[in-house]
Amino acid sequence: MKQVQIIMGTPVAVEIVDKEAKQELFDEVFDYFRYVDQKFSTYKKDSEITMLNEKKIRKEEMSKDMKTVFELSEETKKLTDGYFDIVTPSGMYDTSGLVKGWSIWNASNILKERGVKNFYVEAGGDIQVNGKNESGEPWCIGIQNPFNKKREVIKKVYLSKNEGIATSGSYVRGAHIYNPKNKDDKLDEIISLTVIGSNIFEADRFATAAFAMGKDGIYFVEKMKGFEGYSINKKGIATMTAGFNNYINNKEKIYA
Amino acid sequence: MKKAFLSLALIFVFSAYVLYVRILGTDLPTVLTPEPNKTKTALSLPQYNGTTQTTSTNSVASSPSSPGTKPKPSPTPTPAPVINTGKYRNGSYVGNSVDAYYGNVQVKAVITGGRISDVQFLDYPQDRQNSVRINSRAMPYLISEAIAAQDSNVDAVSGASFTSAAYVESLSSALAQARI
Repeated sequence: MKQVQIIMGTPVAVEIVDKEAKQELFDEVFDYFRYVDQKFSTYKKDSEITMLNEKKIRKEEMSKDMKTVFELSEETKKLTDGYFDIVTPSGMYDTSGLVKGWSIWNASNILKERGVKNFYVEAGGDIQVNGKNESGEPWCIGIQNPFNKKREVIKKVYLSKNEGIATSGSYVRGAHIYNPKNKDDKLDEIISLTVIGSNIFEADRFATAAFAMGKDGIYFVEKMKGFEGYSINKKGIATMTAGFNNYINNKEKIYA
Repeated sequence: MKKAFLSLALIFVFSAYVLYVRILGTDLPTVLTPEPNKTKTALSLPQYNGTTQTTSTNSVASSPSSPGTKPKPSPTPTPAPVINTGKYRNGSYVGNSVDAYYGNVQVKAVITGGRISDVQFLDYPQDRQNSVRINSRAMPYLISEAIAAQDSNVDAVSGASFTSAAYVESLSSALAQARI
């Protein structure tokens, strides 16, 4: 069973394959995303992140989840040589480069704690899979054509080890990721960068950081152990990491 | 005299051709040539091993805020389908085509068991050229290819988030029709 709700201004989709897919499970996951949105949305006047930015609460007064996200952001900044930064050019905190993946990961952990084995959770094009799909096969995820927004698929990957897959891009809303090291960098060479990692939290934060590196991003992903990537430049030429092929041919290997 | 003129003309044509080839010839490769060495030195990357576990999932607040914009009442109701277990009537509902500044966005909401089971794009702006220049030059170390459309027989699609006010507005108008 699959359900969709609009949360954080974006479609959040949950598909549960297991027979005992109760409505409560869906509700719990959607409620969790609403909770995250209420806390981390920079668009909401009364969110904790807005209150922090407006100095209505001090850093010492941060909630446990906010503290966790700030710590993870700091860690990610170090791991990416400064290319990931939650401090925007205008000096505000914006955790959106990491919170989506983090919350998808937490939401899928909720389902796992409830004993659900085969499912995926998607928020705005970032996906965490678990177990197998409805046909008992590895989850088949399409990478969206960045030149054609009707969700046309230009590449299929097969995920069988509970991976996460995240795509960063500038093609829908215009650039919303910036290069923290060079604010004048328009980041218009690469228009889409997909990262597959051991989970969606990992995939999302490194997709954000690698996208901020422009052309160098795919080389960064190549160097990261346990990650594979697929980047598309403005001419429609894709470049993939050396191990990315394993995800393309996975199904053929299994069913050959 | 005739010979001299002919050879001069030949020389002129030949040098024009060389110039032409040179200009065209250098254009493509400079755009597509990556700088792998620069990449290697520019990024001093820390070794990353393993996964950070984040398990703080226990604090689920009870603050259900209504997401997105409020749906506007629609003057075009669709025939009422049968089973009602959620807050929407089952069926497919096409939302308004909403003007995003770069084109129109229109979605269709599919309601199953009274809830949204899918959202499909009917119209989406084509703000970039669809034509792709194919070039077989592979990047050093990494494989390159020209992207090409595949069939859409997939479980889910990964792409940059298509958050937009137009999207939410079109979907809201679709849901307004579905509302019981």
